[in-house]
Amino acid sequence: MKFYRIYALFLRHFYLIKSSLPRLLDLIYWPTIQIILWGFISKFFTMHSDFYNNTVGIILSAAILYDFLFRSSISFNMLFLEEIWSRNFTNLFIAPLKVGEIITALTATALIRTLIGVVPAVLLASPFFGVSLLNLGPPLILLLLSLYAFGITLGLLVVSGLLRYGPAFENVAWSSLFLLAPLGCIYYPLSILPDWLQLLAKTLPLVYIFEEVRSILLNNTVNYSNIMTALILNFGYFLLSVFVFYSAFHEARKKGTLINVGE
Amino acid sequence: MNEIAIEIKDLNKKYKNTLAVKNINFTVNKGSIIGLLGPNGCGKSTTIGMILGLIKPTSGSVIINNKNIENNRTDLLQKMNFISPYIELPKKLTIEENLQVYGRMYGVKDLKIKINELMENLNLNEFKKRKTGELSSGQKNRVSLAKALINDPEILLLDEPTASLDPDIGDYVRGIIENFTSSKRKTILIASHNMSEVERLCDEVLMMKNGEIIDKGTSNDLVNKHGRKNLEEVFLKIARENK
Repeated sequence: MKFYRIYALFLRHFYLIKSSLPRLLDLIYWPTIQIILWGFISKFFTMHSDFYNNTVGIILSAAILYDFLFRSSISFNMLFLEEIWSRNFTNLFIAPLKVGEIITALTATALIRTLIGVVPAVLLASPFFGVSLLNLGPPLILLLLSLYAFGITLGLLVVSGLLRYGPAFENVAWSSLFLLAPLGCIYYPLSILPDWLQLLAKTLPLVYIFEEVRSILLNNTVNYSNIMTALILNFGYFLLSVFVFYSAFHEARKKGTLINVGE
Repeated sequence: MNEIAIEIKDLNKKYKNTLAVKNINFTVNKGSIIGLLGPNGCGKSTTIGMILGLIKPTSGSVIINNKNIENNRTDLLQKMNFISPYIELPKKLTIEENLQVYGRMYGVKDLKIKINELMENLNLNEFKKRKTGELSSGQKNRVSLAKALINDPEILLLDEPTASLDPDIGDYVRGIIENFTSSKRKTILIASHNMSEVERLCDEVLMMKNGEIIDKGTSNDLVNKHGRKNLEEVFLKIARENK
């Protein structure tokens, strides 16, 4: 792996973001709206529900973390889709870039895009709703790492589909996370799900992450086994997604789609 | 003895039930310009795709500088480049930014000097800060050429390099290609439908039809062999035979 090639691909997307104010605003706009919306919804719950004594904090923290996950995944997909839309896709694959370098560059660039979108929303949550992610304490770093890894994993799987099936797979890029969200138990505890769905949900790292968020905010206790389970599951899924990406690349070479994927 | 830059051995590509390239064999010597001619769908782009390692051959091999592209893709691509009218550079980036990105991707040393040199040679200086998407097709073509030359490639593959250009700019681009290979002993493979371009630039022409190389030789050899006035007539004869 060569750093200069990874940096070159990062630079391509950095130039794109910095060249367009509307693009930059678009990155910030949706997470901010999402946080404001959930902020008011959870404020309403606080006033009309006694189930949680800290509803605003729990729901809004979950919303921010879910948005972080969503932006990570979408950012990764978007970086790849940009290449297809701009018909630059083939240029990348005739450059001496290794598949691992493409994955590394997109992973790093997706993080920047995600932070551009989410950080302003996080900063807004504190003065407007009195909610700070920092209330989660040091485990926050591990939770964010886990969410980011899962976002990238989903991104890699969607991008593998784009490589294998072409732009027709684009719709899946947008809907992939919505499909898993109900099983992720982002806003409600795992116990709400029917037993058979609970079994399925437990195969996702999201359940452990969001259960832990609620546990920390409600009980002020940290269960590191939840955090570790999420990290281990993420590691497994990430390895699987890298394997799927490599397979999709080889399949695309067999099918000849790398030369005309944008057409 | 001539050194071989590209060696194609028993190359086949099959897509489901279609044999797109059928057992082709040819070599391209270092420093020569070879034209790949044939009607649409004859297998030119598939052949170029396999030379670039974008398409995996069903069987046979592509040897570049004595190395098989299948096992040495990254190393060999470092010394190659490609232009096609079907591929564009990111439209929202300026010309300079695009060249910065690709220059870094190829690990070009003294990149700033190289970019200035290309801008100068391709008359792009005045558009340096313009977004690539805002340029005319002739200007975009020159930017693509600048990108293709950024790594000073030993082997340059050109797919219809002057398609959609007016005759004046087309002639200008052909001059740059000629200059590039004559001054630096570079190897070029051109797929084109522009017969006068092929006659002017190429040392040898490979005629393809239905995935096969059905004839080869210099432009003059082919014209004489087929008893026609020029290469365009040879092309038409071959394209229409057994239609």
